[in-house]
Amino acid sequence: MGGCDVVILAIDTSAGTSVAVVSLDGEVLAQRETSDTMRHAEVVGWAIAGVLADAGISSTEVTLVAGGVGPGPFTGLRVGLAAAVAFATARDIPLLPTVSHDAIARGYYDEHGPDAFATGLRVVTDARRKEVYWSEFAGFVDGVPVRIEGPAVAKPENLAAAPVQIDATAVSAVDLALVALAERAAGVSRAFDPLYLRSPDVTMSTGPKRVVQ
Amino acid sequence: MLSPRDGWLPEVANRTDPVVLGIESSCDETGVGIVRGRQLLANVISSSMEQHARYGGVVPEVAARAHLEALQPAIREAVATAGVSLADIDAIAVASGPGLAGALMVGIGAAKALAVALNTPIYAVNHLVGHVGADVLGPEGPFEMPAIALLVSGGHTSLLRVRNMVSDVELLGETIDDAAGEAFDKVARILGLPYPGGPEIDRLAAEGDPNAIRFPRGLTLPKDMAAHRYDFSFSGLKTSVARWVEIRRDAGEPIPAGDVAASFREAVVDVLTAKAIAACVDLGMPRLLLGGGVTANRRLREVAQQRADAAGIDLRIPEFSLCTDNGAMIAALGAELIMAGHGASSLDFGADSTLPATHVQVQ
Ligand SMILES: [Zn+2]
Repeated sequence: MGGCDVVILAIDTSAGTSVAVVSLDGEVLAQRETSDTMRHAEVVGWAIAGVLADAGISSTEVTLVAGGVGPGPFTGLRVGLAAAVAFATARDIPLLPTVSHDAIARGYYDEHGPDAFATGLRVVTDARRKEVYWSEFAGFVDGVPVRIEGPAVAKPENLAAAPVQIDATAVSAVDLALVALAERAAGVSRAFDPLYLRSPDVTMSTGPKRVVQ
Repeated sequence: MLSPRDGWLPEVANRTDPVVLGIESSCDETGVGIVRGRQLLANVISSSMEQHARYGGVVPEVAARAHLEALQPAIREAVATAGVSLADIDAIAVASGPGLAGALMVGIGAAKALAVALNTPIYAVNHLVGHVGADVLGPEGPFEMPAIALLVSGGHTSLLRVRNMVSDVELLGETIDDAAGEAFDKVARILGLPYPGGPEIDRLAAEGDPNAIRFPRGLTLPKDMAAHRYDFSFSGLKTSVARWVEIRRDAGEPIPAGDVAASFREAVVDVLTAKAIAACVDLGMPRLLLGGGVTANRRLREVAQQRADAAGIDLRIPEFSLCTDNGAMIAALGAELIMAGHGASSLDFGADSTLPATHVQVQ
């Protein structure tokens, strides 16, 4: 690995599993991803070990960790966040919690340029139960997406038409790393707070059911 | 591209007194423990029990969220308490089942990242057998095997024959409906007591007569014993308590809550200990090990001791912090596997909510 002092390991499991290592200047050193939305716990270890091996670096050369905080289906989302927290704790390096929808917007920006969504951009991902997670962006400042609304959860029919809407099925850890680095450079910091956007499914206890009829 | 079978992780170098960090997240306790061989260095337990109290039982999603929040502080505290540096860790162990899948996955994700970050092997181990592993950490040293193990908590009620905890564990029986701890929670609700029910029932039972009401002993009739000699059932008992209480409430009679609690507790303890002692006698194993959170129950410890003494059985109950779900027991089982020469798990295991007790380690 040639001379960069900062290597960021980015992990996102808000959709499939995506893991990347990126240098401070944005060079992609390695990335691995799978669109499988059911096997995060099985693949996350190999994905992390794999990107380090592909990049030819050891874990001690990682100096930052970005973790995608969602929104995303909870069980899978937590696997990547648990891995990100644990890796950062093990190496005693900063964890940068980063919004997964911001990574999607960043990817679109890099591909289409600022003009493509001068009128605004909406990012939509599957929230299951016939609902979607959505965020709206007004543009970009120094590589940081300017999110003006969301993330939130809604029924798709309740969302007004947007000039540009991305229905994303994947989140790239490379883009997550780029957003994390841009936010860090801009002095943006965020609490470690997974974006579940829904309360746990529970029925409040109403006392025991009668057995004598 | 590396394939999952390339054996990326190293083998453990130190097989005599390995330093193992264990992670437990199968239910509502986040446990991070560190052992050196059979020496306990740290046992940090963060429980989300209070968050479940308003729901009257463990809510899997609430438990899983709490695990993620507890991870970093628990790992840091364990390392600080153990007085080791993370670089000293020889291997990571993690409970991969049985338990709540979404909860287990938090521990698994963390454990895999720890193993890769620290460049250590990983051992995916069985939570139930972990309860047996906890025993080696006590001041008395490891219990002689083979032995019978009775593991009782809010999530499981299992009777195991353990010839060798790393290689030969057999499930003799388990609950066919509620776990014993669950039965305590449900009866506590019937009596209007808060969650968790175990300590509440225990407190109330101290003022009651255990022989006041003869509640049924599940799966102890001759016809049941044929098919379910070592199995347990607590659902009928719970219904019987509910019926007893309702009939009196409907008639406007006062409920002798102390007697109900004591009689219920006696029924549970009677069945648990009778079946465990019977297994020891039937199978010629004069050693019984208890584990799981319900071992905090005073009456269970008392009756188990009386009956073990009467039958000439050596009884072992580890201290409570090693009986309840914890990371040290997972680390201990990992260390036993390492010391016995077993190879590490691959990195591609997942959570198995119904992992059988015979699978001590998941490859
Ligand atoms: Zn347990």
